[in-house]
Amino acid sequence: MSNIQQPGQVRKAPENFVDAQGVRTVFSEARKGRRDFIRGAFAAAVAGGAAASALAQSDGDPAILQLPAHSTGLGQPVVTDGYGKPSKYEGNVQRRQSPGLTPTAQASVSFAPLQSLFGIVTPSGLHFERHHQGWWDIDPSKHRLMINGLVKAAKVFTLDELMRLPSVSRFHFIECGANTGMEWGNVAVPTAQYTHGMLSCSEFTGVPLITLLEMAGADLKGERFVLAEGADGSSMTRTIPMSLVRSGEVLVAYGQNGEMLRPEQGYPLRLVVPGVQGVSWVKYLRRIELGDMPYGTKDETVHYVDLMPDGQHRQYTSVQECKSVVTTPSGGQTLLDKGFYNITGLAWSGRGKVKRVDVSVDGGRNWRSARLESPVLSKCLTRFNIDWAWDGSPAIIQSRAMDDTGYVQPGYRQLRAVRGTRSIYHNNAIQSWQVQANGEVANVQLG
Amino acid sequence: MSSSASRIVLRALLALAGCGVCIAAWAQPKAAYPGIGRDATPKEVAAWDIDVRPDFKGLPQGSGSVARGQDIWEGKCASCHGVFGESNQVFSPIVGGTTAEDIKTGHVARLKDPAFPGRTTLMKVASLSTVWDYVYRAMPWNQPKSLTPDDVFAVTAYMLNLGGIVPDDFTLSDRNIREVQARMPNRNGTTTAHAMWPGNEFGRAVKPDVAAVACMRDCVPATQTVSQLPPHARGSHGNLAEQNRLVGPQRGIDTAPATKTGAPAAAAPASKAPLAVLEKNSCVACHGMTQKLVGPAFSDIAKKYPGQVDHLLEKIKSGGSGVWGAIPMPPQTIGDDDARAVARWLAESAGP
Repeated sequence: MSNIQQPGQVRKAPENFVDAQGVRTVFSEARKGRRDFIRGAFAAAVAGGAAASALAQSDGDPAILQLPAHSTGLGQPVVTDGYGKPSKYEGNVQRRQSPGLTPTAQASVSFAPLQSLFGIVTPSGLHFERHHQGWWDIDPSKHRLMINGLVKAAKVFTLDELMRLPSVSRFHFIECGANTGMEWGNVAVPTAQYTHGMLSCSEFTGVPLITLLEMAGADLKGERFVLAEGADGSSMTRTIPMSLVRSGEVLVAYGQNGEMLRPEQGYPLRLVVPGVQGVSWVKYLRRIELGDMPYGTKDETVHYVDLMPDGQHRQYTSVQECKSVVTTPSGGQTLLDKGFYNITGLAWSGRGKVKRVDVSVDGGRNWRSARLESPVLSKCLTRFNIDWAWDGSPAIIQSRAMDDTGYVQPGYRQLRAVRGTRSIYHNNAIQSWQVQANGEVANVQLG
Repeated sequence: MSSSASRIVLRALLALAGCGVCIAAWAQPKAAYPGIGRDATPKEVAAWDIDVRPDFKGLPQGSGSVARGQDIWEGKCASCHGVFGESNQVFSPIVGGTTAEDIKTGHVARLKDPAFPGRTTLMKVASLSTVWDYVYRAMPWNQPKSLTPDDVFAVTAYMLNLGGIVPDDFTLSDRNIREVQARMPNRNGTTTAHAMWPGNEFGRAVKPDVAAVACMRDCVPATQTVSQLPPHARGSHGNLAEQNRLVGPQRGIDTAPATKTGAPAAAAPASKAPLAVLEKNSCVACHGMTQKLVGPAFSDIAKKYPGQVDHLLEKIKSGGSGVWGAIPMPPQTIGDDDARAVARWLAESAGP
């Protein structure tokens, strides 16, 4: 068993926790009525490990018995911090880079700490980052959006104008096409943060792109394609399906989780393309062009392409297929003790709603269906929970999601049988976490 | 405005007619948002509409030779991509892995070989427009959009020449680019026949390529772990105890001992004037504080040139090559005061 124990747990005192001479001294002092000495002796015992449990056995938990400063003093005034921060005790909950993944810090990735998040919303400051040429904090009063191409009149909008239009707010997940990409061949990284942390979910607020295209008198008939372009150094471009734009789902967004977009997320304007990999959600959005053929941009025809075993590259692979991951417990963690746990995790599908999530604790031999927590929204993260009493023996935990199209998340064997191991992108295989007898959880892949 | 408004109304009416259950379809014209937006001027559109499509729509006129491309390349591109486009130290290599036979077939044969290490841009790219467009909009990496169309034709010609696609004396231009496109080694090596495009624009309705089944009981025989992190990689991602919450059902595993020597040097330096200059000018993209990245560590430069402010200033302004390795540093466009601040900081030991 690991050496970590539940803090506050009341345990039976071990025998002889105070040596025999000590006991004799305490009792003789007690007979003389020296209460202050006895208090001192027990206070000293509290400082030592096993003795603390002994005190807990006799009197209770010091965290209850000794009133702390926050119960006996005056706290901080309001607005100590005009834009609040998390507790200092939450300092470990951070975005992180995977060492050695990218040689530069500007064309790089930071991963969201999925193992520490609750519910479905990613706090904006923990939202994963992917930059292609570094991020900027752009003056919104100077930012412009242009619509051109197959439109009656090319249009320019200021942010003030865009924010006057009727807005919608919707919850959606965003996942980088390369999320879990390091694991195509074998286990490469230790924790859920690094295996699945290029995933986040927010409430986005903005204007449906179709509204702006209609305002420009766009030709919306036939097989059209939309090019989205950013205003940063890379001027990232991606082709977006016109049929998705027509559905009203694609948003020109300025809001995220009740605040403006964070600069790392494209402030002041980004495209939101539900269900589609993150690279299409163009940040610092400056231009939308409507055309009659796909644009063949670098990040849809050279990168974010999937190499099949026959040597063909699949291009314009955009949908993030149904996927799930257990976040608690997950790799790199140590369970505190045997007993009850709530296994929890996230499931999502770029094709619609999550319909069911099954969980296995025996490496995929037997499965039970988990509880889906509300809300269950289309193209959004869904939180699942399931009860588990850990008996202290080794276990392998997996989750398997199904969406409302009937698609079932595949295992590695099935996925590799079709796509080989050289795809890099779009790895949605079932994740395995091995719980060892000592409580440590490891990232593993099964044969 | 009025005709597009009427079109919207017409569409709304059509939608209403074709949809019996849409009881509350809004018939009001959605285009009626007076005072929002204005027409773009032709010059504004020209300033931003820089994309080049696979049919070369959008390509500006111009030309550039392989020889001129080589000059530009060595000054502005080689620092990241290597003199021959072969470097993988900053980004994936651009050149390599293609053959004369591939130019004939239009499909890079080595893509079928799982044993062939890595994939270069020329092995993957199907359309020459993609290369031209990306170089024009995003390169050089730290000074995007500083190349003229002629420059881009030239460096593109140089890359194509390195890949054996055009001869040494070739000049690429908007007039002959389609002929070169017909020689791209992987022009036939791509497909859109998959279920991962979310629209119907490619004219296909393809089913997902994997059809898993949600078995519930006795699904697999005994499980066997085939892959896990080796013990020496335990600390490769830092101390996991410091990457997990301090309260809850579990703690992070303490992997500190293994990380003491190999900890990632991600800690940001204290923000002082020269350091802010380094950040602002993307110097830290190529130089680490105490470790070599593309170029030498600042601490190593400081050790080599103590007190030599003027020499360091000259190197920053003019660039250099050959002192620290094969990859040259391009001349830096950085203000005089800023450059001097960095040079002085380096000469004084490059401390935090």
